[in-house]
Amino acid sequence: MTRTRKPGISRRTTLALMGAGAASLATPWVAHAQAKTIKIGMPTILSGRVAQLGTSSRNGVMIEVEKVNAAGGFAGRQIEMVVRDSKGQPQEAARVARELVNTDGCEILIDAEASSGAFAVHEVARDLGVLCIHTNSETSSLTADPKQHIPNAFRTARQGVHDSIAGGSYAAAIAKAKGLKKWATCAPDYAYGRDTTGEYTTYLKRFAPDIEIISESWPKLFQPDYTEVVTKILQAKPQALYTCLWGGDLTSYIDQANIYALFSQMEVFAVNMADYTALTVVKNLPKGIHSGNRYIKTYPATAENAAWGDAYKAKYNEYPTNWSWENATAIMLLAEASKKANSADGKKIAEALKGLKIKSPFGADGTVTMRAEDNTLVGYAIGWGTTIPQEPYVPEVKPGDWKTILELEAEWKKSKGYT
Amino acid sequence: MDLDALTGCLVTSACLVTQTTSGLIIGMLLFLVAVGLTLIFGVLKVVNFSHGAFYMFGAYFAMTAYQATGSFALAMLAGAIGTAIIGLVFERGFMSRVYGRDVLMQLLVCYAFVLIFDDVVRMIWGPEFKSMGMPAAFQVVPLFIAGGVVPPYYLLLIGVALAAALVLGLGLARTRIGKVIRAAAHNPGMVSALGINTGLIYGGVFALGGGLAGLAGALAAPVRSLTPGMGFSVLIESFIVTVIGGMGSILGALVGALLIGLIRSFGSLGFPLFTEGLMYLFMVIVLVSRPSGLFGKEVA
Repeated sequence: MTRTRKPGISRRTTLALMGAGAASLATPWVAHAQAKTIKIGMPTILSGRVAQLGTSSRNGVMIEVEKVNAAGGFAGRQIEMVVRDSKGQPQEAARVARELVNTDGCEILIDAEASSGAFAVHEVARDLGVLCIHTNSETSSLTADPKQHIPNAFRTARQGVHDSIAGGSYAAAIAKAKGLKKWATCAPDYAYGRDTTGEYTTYLKRFAPDIEIISESWPKLFQPDYTEVVTKILQAKPQALYTCLWGGDLTSYIDQANIYALFSQMEVFAVNMADYTALTVVKNLPKGIHSGNRYIKTYPATAENAAWGDAYKAKYNEYPTNWSWENATAIMLLAEASKKANSADGKKIAEALKGLKIKSPFGADGTVTMRAEDNTLVGYAIGWGTTIPQEPYVPEVKPGDWKTILELEAEWKKSKGYT
Repeated sequence: MDLDALTGCLVTSACLVTQTTSGLIIGMLLFLVAVGLTLIFGVLKVVNFSHGAFYMFGAYFAMTAYQATGSFALAMLAGAIGTAIIGLVFERGFMSRVYGRDVLMQLLVCYAFVLIFDDVVRMIWGPEFKSMGMPAAFQVVPLFIAGGVVPPYYLLLIGVALAAALVLGLGLARTRIGKVIRAAAHNPGMVSALGINTGLIYGGVFALGGGLAGLAGALAAPVRSLTPGMGFSVLIESFIVTVIGGMGSILGALVGALLIGLIRSFGSLGFPLFTEGLMYLFMVIVLVSRPSGLFGKEVA
């Protein structure tokens, strides 16, 4: 039997006509929307154990959106935020992101997911070509790996490798001054804990080569009891301990280590300590824990930063988190780029964002820059200091040196085969 | 694997003392949760999957009472009694309706309440984690026994849990109420025919089991962070304990819990990457050699 083509409209043509019809139906709606508001979609984690990530991210965005809208929005168009819960599941984050663009008509995405979800949303942005700002994922490869690179995605979060270089050089200086040679590590057993600890110890040993890691502990994420980990570290008798436990895990660990007087027996370096989420919750914060700055309103020690932290506290009745400033920065950068491009169009904003330097309360020198070569934020405040049990919690922060950070980052990229 | 560290520890008194107490406190807290689970199963013949929620409520009640009154003793009482009341209401209002029904039905009710209780906590205390803080009386230098480190708070914790185990064991074995409870576990029909209100017994046992989990939560509150959903992590380990010790056996729960605690504390030295796995491995060995648990009665 042979198939012959019947006269009339073919199936292919019919499909094309239907597509055109749908497009023409859709067009007036888009035009209508453009005259009014611009919708920004925001998938984030609003439920479950790390719901704080989502709520403080949303707060950080909203406080800036209100300012931008009061000043006329993006090129005259008022911003309307559409925030959705991904429940912390990557596949749900991807689904929500797609729906926000395709069904809700969002023209820009703010991806406020943890790293696992961020890579999923990144693929959606690649597929749909929509402008996407990653605000929470600190995993270095998201922007450093050229395979991940797309022109429409940017990151306004810290980057893991920056923190490791700054933290490693700070710790090495103290190790040399105090003769801390034997180190122990304790980190949650998942990608973030393993990667961060690996990078940190690499740079620690680079700056102070005679350091030795004598004990490693990898408790589960969200483990309720760390007693056996605490006592194991006590047995090993290290001179210093590095930990990247965070949030409730870190506060549990501190409470449990406190009653073993662990903090009086070794120097402790906890990269995630100096964030208000942990600082304000721990009741008996030991003096003298070394920590990186996540967000504190006293560093950078400028009037702008203090005012921003206080305004946030006044509005939401709690202090901002690390995620708050990272998300606020996304809106600040978008607003400036839209002004520069004199447009609310995603493509034009993306072009204007490349290499854009803006004034920022969170900048190490009062400015932050969206680096053109890999679309990631540089120049943000990064430093380490020691804790005291009451405000300002970390009275003196030793700033990280961005010149060193950038040099070593370039070297790291080369070693990874990224450049 | 780091067998040198393990053998090295076993021959050093300092390390032995520290790791043993560390194993004991993990074990005793686990016992308080598991014993309620096993008691409820023994008498009511239901597996209470929402038991972790009682541990969570105990911790939150204790924190609230401590913040309001500043008294540690009141905080512990509030944790235990408040949770017992919730246990009673939960049993009379909901669980009592599904006795004798399909296991899946009971599971569904329990699971629904796991979610509901978590959300209730979220609504009352908020989604972010909290910390109760160590009472000033216990913020002291740890004791050094034979070179090992023992925090005084943990001595109290072990003492309270041991006392609870003793009172419970003696109460069930020696008192009239204990006898009635054991009789109700054995033959509820006959007990009720003798004019004893079995509904009251069931409610009481559930309240007791819940109260013990609440006490565990209250004792843990000064050292563990409080979050909605915190009950889930202890629930899994409590099930392992009851499976090892034998469902329905109080002595089994005690021995099982202590074994798990010691496996954790010494396992983290010898098998740092396999500590979790060791617990499950141990459970498998027990199940294969004694399917009804170490102290469980053989099922005919």
